[in-house]
Amino acid sequence: MKISKSPWIIHYDGSSCNGCDIEVLDSLMPKYDLERFGVVNTGNPKHADIFLVTGGINAQNKPVVQQIYSQMPFPKVVVAVGICACNGGIFKECYNILGGVDKAIPVDIYVPGCAARPEAIIDGVMKAVALLDKKREEMKKEAKEN
Amino acid sequence: MSVRSIVPFGPQHPVLPEPIHLDLVLEDEKVVEAVPSIGFVHRGLEKLVEKKDYQQYVYVAERICGICSFMHGMGYCEAVEHVMNVEIPPRAKYLRTIWCEMSRIHSHLLWLGLLADAFGFESLFMQSWRLREKILDMFEVSTGGRVIFSVNMIGGQRRDMDAQMLSMFSKVLDDMERELREISKTFLNDYAVQSRLKDVGFLTKEQAHELGAVGPFMRASGIALDSRKLGYAAYPDIDFEPITSQVGDSYARCDVRIREIFQSFDIIRQAIAKIPEGEVAVPVKGMPSGEHFMRVEQPRGEAIYYVKGNGTKFLDRVRVRTPTFANLPGMLETLKGCQLADVPILILTIDPCISCTER
Repeated sequence: MKISKSPWIIHYDGSSCNGCDIEVLDSLMPKYDLERFGVVNTGNPKHADIFLVTGGINAQNKPVVQQIYSQMPFPKVVVAVGICACNGGIFKECYNILGGVDKAIPVDIYVPGCAARPEAIIDGVMKAVALLDKKREEMKKEAKEN
Repeated sequence: MSVRSIVPFGPQHPVLPEPIHLDLVLEDEKVVEAVPSIGFVHRGLEKLVEKKDYQQYVYVAERICGICSFMHGMGYCEAVEHVMNVEIPPRAKYLRTIWCEMSRIHSHLLWLGLLADAFGFESLFMQSWRLREKILDMFEVSTGGRVIFSVNMIGGQRRDMDAQMLSMFSKVLDDMERELREISKTFLNDYAVQSRLKDVGFLTKEQAHELGAVGPFMRASGIALDSRKLGYAAYPDIDFEPITSQVGDSYARCDVRIREIFQSFDIIRQAIAKIPEGEVAVPVKGMPSGEHFMRVEQPRGEAIYYVKGNGTKFLDRVRVRTPTFANLPGMLETLKGCQLADVPILILTIDPCISCTER
């Protein structure tokens, strides 16, 4: 697979149990080494291309997730990591959970698992990279037409 | 004339793996007051007990927090076992002890990594987490999961470890101990690390007592309290002493946690040497009726589980008091009068676990 750019990721913990957060960080560590694909974990949404969200959405973190998403430059890809981020998971029936991340922002890639394994997260990020390239091409095409 | 300003800190911040929001009231660069607002991770797990029966709730209890997931599951199970008067087999008690201490090692190594990241020592961060992978591999071999294990059940454990696995574990632990000695030299003796940690964020013994701090945060201020001494699981048969330091600054907290990792290696070795043969679970009959308080020493400090049953399969109430919640007043105290640049380190030295705190 051809990777044209080094995609930077930003990670936000929605309302997960920490399991997936730790696995996201873990996949960046020497053993799984997501950084070999040029991925850097950044804290600044304005530098990020890929948004990894773990955990479901509740009333209080919904504006936070939306704000981080809106601050990211185009093209951008959202990856929902873990079953809670996909649809609420085991916490679906909790009174304070609205559902998966797609209740707040559009999600491109879903990575299931409780907790999502680092291999699955790496796979999700690589799919996001491919999608990022596709979105970039589309943006270029649109710019030419206009 | 100093100028007062308010700096918002979080919920999304580069050094914070989890969302917590603080309003820092500053006078120039000095923090005068910190006002926390929490609730970003609130899910409402305690209410879920009305929808899941007392055996299904073990899985929910494990997901209170993904770092100490084993201990949350175990704390809940022990509380229900007390209510139902179930005596678990001795081998299950030893298995619980071994998995508990493995959780402590992995949690403390994770914390050491995050601390190194907070003061910008990237390679030390990577080294700590590389070492932590060995514990996760041990978890995967013995339970099948890396983060969430589901080996606890009411009445014992779901899985057993055979002699071959235990002897492999003690070999891995020997290797890890050797590697950790190398890493801990950097944490404890490196000039750059010391300049960020020493004399930062003092908490005196009196303050720690008054503000109700728990865990390594409290023990670093000189109070030798450890709930493992209360004697759950196989801890009554194990020889250990609470680890303390008299200094009470951030460096002391780092020192206490590193020494606790070495102590955990020792506890696992003792448990492997003493583990008896036999069953790992007993069948459980009937429904829980009555209430119980269970105190468990987690990596971050003492967690309290309250369980109340009413004779049906649905419990009336489950309540968890988590260690980070008890440590927050102490953290706010240490933040007063510190420099803005030290705030991330001071937040990290209590080892905050927000998803436990807010559930």
